[in-house]
Amino acid sequence: MGNGANSGGRTRNVVFRIKRCDGPGKPSRWEAFRVPVEPNANVISCLNWIAAHPVTMDGRPTTPVVWDSNCLEEVCGACTMVINGRVRQSCSCLIDEYAPNDGDTITLEPMSKFPVVRDLWVDRQRLFEGLKKVKAWAPIDGTYSLGDGPRESPAQQHVRYALSTCMSCGCCLEACPQYLKEEDASKWDTAFVGAAIISQARLFNEHPTGAILKDDRLDALLGVGGINDCGNAQNCVRVCPKDIPLTESIAAIGRAATIHGFKRFFRGA
Amino acid sequence: MTSTNQRVIIVGGGLAGLAAAIRVAEAGLPVDLFSMVPVKRSHSVCAQGGINACNEVARQQGYSEYQHFDETIYGGDFLADQGPVLEMANWAPKIIDLLDRMGVPFNRTAEGRRDLRLFGGSLFKRTHFSGATTGQQLLYALDEQVRRFEAEGKVSKYEFWEFLRPILVGQGDQRRCVGIVAQDMRTMQIRPFRADAVVMATGGCGLIFGKSTNSVICTGGAASRCYQAGAWYGNAEMIQVHPTAIPGADKCRLMSESARGEGGRVWVPRKKGDTRRPKDIPENERWYFLEERYPAYGNLVPRDIATREIFDVCVNEGMGIDGQNMVYLDLTHKDPDYLTEKLGGIMEIYEKFVGVDPRYEPMKIFPSVHYSMGGLWTTFTPGAYQPAEPAGKHEPGMIPPVGTEVGQGMAYGAPNNMMTNIAGLYAFGEVNFAYHGATRLGANALLSCIFDGLFNGVSVVNYVREGVPSTQPAESLEAACFDEASSAEQAKYDGLLATVGTNERDEKFNPYVIAREMGEEMTAASTVVKTGPRLEQCLAKLAELRERYARVQLSDSAGWTNQSLSFARAVGDMLILAEVIAKAGLLREESRGSHKRLDFPDRDDERFGKASVAEFDPATGEHRIFWRDVQTNLVKPRPRTYGKVESDQKGKQEPVGSAG
Repeated sequence: MGNGANSGGRTRNVVFRIKRCDGPGKPSRWEAFRVPVEPNANVISCLNWIAAHPVTMDGRPTTPVVWDSNCLEEVCGACTMVINGRVRQSCSCLIDEYAPNDGDTITLEPMSKFPVVRDLWVDRQRLFEGLKKVKAWAPIDGTYSLGDGPRESPAQQHVRYALSTCMSCGCCLEACPQYLKEEDASKWDTAFVGAAIISQARLFNEHPTGAILKDDRLDALLGVGGINDCGNAQNCVRVCPKDIPLTESIAAIGRAATIHGFKRFFRGA
Repeated sequence: MTSTNQRVIIVGGGLAGLAAAIRVAEAGLPVDLFSMVPVKRSHSVCAQGGINACNEVARQQGYSEYQHFDETIYGGDFLADQGPVLEMANWAPKIIDLLDRMGVPFNRTAEGRRDLRLFGGSLFKRTHFSGATTGQQLLYALDEQVRRFEAEGKVSKYEFWEFLRPILVGQGDQRRCVGIVAQDMRTMQIRPFRADAVVMATGGCGLIFGKSTNSVICTGGAASRCYQAGAWYGNAEMIQVHPTAIPGADKCRLMSESARGEGGRVWVPRKKGDTRRPKDIPENERWYFLEERYPAYGNLVPRDIATREIFDVCVNEGMGIDGQNMVYLDLTHKDPDYLTEKLGGIMEIYEKFVGVDPRYEPMKIFPSVHYSMGGLWTTFTPGAYQPAEPAGKHEPGMIPPVGTEVGQGMAYGAPNNMMTNIAGLYAFGEVNFAYHGATRLGANALLSCIFDGLFNGVSVVNYVREGVPSTQPAESLEAACFDEASSAEQAKYDGLLATVGTNERDEKFNPYVIAREMGEEMTAASTVVKTGPRLEQCLAKLAELRERYARVQLSDSAGWTNQSLSFARAVGDMLILAEVIAKAGLLREESRGSHKRLDFPDRDDERFGKASVAEFDPATGEHRIFWRDVQTNLVKPRPRTYGKVESDQKGKQEPVGSAG
């Protein structure tokens, strides 16, 4: 554990600088809060403290900070934000690690690639629309009892499981130079889908039933906003909190899409 | 015959809600799915260990669906109605098959079959798993199928919408649910939605206890709102405290029972206050108290038992690590690669949140509130299996007295299955009080959620198509009842907004402070061990908090994305549910499963082999609690001991001598 919990028995404080915004189209502003650090504190427990004591460092009453969160175990992806300039989940951001000394500062900003709803809460609906675009599902014949699924080697399960831990948090999109903020939902279909979606396409192409829709997925990713928009910066794989091999997915889909494109060309489709 | 515009509302997009959405949409009825979070972020993602079902390997070792049923009933200390549990156990293998077809990456054997692990309350490997993030993987599979229906226009999602109340019409026998009032959490718009049936799949109420393993939306607010509208609440006092969690500043993080299923051992140093590092303490100076006290089940006794033993060792005997409320959960004797393969998800959580690698250093854990067996009261139509005499204990290898044909335990498609006492209002998943009695066995939660959605989703469809809604669809009703309900919620919302700037920010009326005090009080009085006087004290404290809440003051008057208003509103509903939990606990003068009364240490089938049912009196704000018989005609209640060795003197005395 860090040294925060035992700084001589007295509580230490950290300063939170938070980029705030009252809603879409409203200007942003910075507010600072001084927060006492509890043992095992994380960014969430500090935001909870601010919610109960919404007064800035200079003594001005303000409103509680708004942010998105749910599981607080880094498996739901909700509480993603930009902390000290780097995108990550705020629940697993431990204060003793990020701000070990009394008076240290932590900066919180909303993700910049998604429209702000309020303060640190952004609208990531585009991500879920992307999953529809690549038909990220296995097209089963309904829920009637039809026996078990296809058998799978442990090695293949490892490949799929790693891809399947993607929690649609959007870290890879925040870090991607090619993925740009788009407020207009009607343009989402032609804007770059980003690494998370490409990797989900691969996940379902790797499953025998999912692969039935492989051509549809590759068609979608060969089109505008698909695989060709990737600039190979490889930032995505560096920020993924689940260490998903995103660049491998992009490469795999790239190869498959090329072959698919040739086939389509010779078929005259 | 049926209206073409009939629709079903499902509130909650975790496993139960999504499974229901799939089943209802598949039957051709449009679904409106409401959730406070994008459904992919629902609390089901937190489930780690696995999902139980009889399987071929276990079957050939003497296991059966019936044994799974018997284990679940015994685990629940004979408080669950037995028919639905039998049906669930019988149906379980089909659910695994379906999930497999959907592409869930279940762990595999060398031959490519689904791998299995041990779990609490069973001596057979009957738990299917996907690493240690099984809930996440199952949720994603159902989320993907629902997205498919959404793309086809059969499911409409209302994400970031908060359920505020059910809309009811009619009185007495004619009363039924015809929609809901909900609020957009971004625009704050409040409006009514019509539906021919409403399924509540809103999960548990862990936040009533402050810190728990639950997600931040698990306030129990939605269940409380149904309760205040007249729905009964069953077995509220049955709250599961999970033995192994890591306490944090914001929540307690679960360390899955699968850690023990894969060989994890719970121990403390035999010498009180031993300051050596765990690795330096030799084997014979470690007290494996669960293995000593329960030779057959060892570390895999059900959760309430493991929790009480840990509590006993730490609190009563002062034997916790460094004198603190902590014990070791030790996996360091296992191969690190094996642990990564089978338990990677929780290894990662421990490492990230504690900063120590549990593959090489024993974890420090303590119990935490985890699950509510209690929930909205529901009914069902019994199945075909009605033995003349209830069976005795089922032993492995015995031929089950009943087959696994559909409908043995609960009549398939009966419109009242898992319907609350309000027609057209259903409760599925954790918010449903059925299935788990007084303790839920590990890896049965995912099963009960999906079973509710798949099996009882058909009941919803049949109610809509053949019941009252077939002749009086919600669409045809006068607008007045919808508008009235919506206006009432609007007035409540406006009232809360108007509190901003009052009371000069007195801490006493701060909703966050009230919630914290409620959590601390409920955890202290109404969890691992309870007594009558302490529960009475708790009820007095809750009354005080309710009085303070009546003067609650908010600090944000924004009409846009007002998160603290949503929280403050929920606190009022949580206080009401907290009272039900404490009051039912006070009136249940016995010990059963997770409900341990120090002043009534034994199970009392005569007086309390019954479900507690709470009914809200809106005029007085009081709770009427009455008792309803439990269906125990399939298997006869027997003492629930898990083979405990009573002479635990050995554990207490030897350590001091040997280590000192």
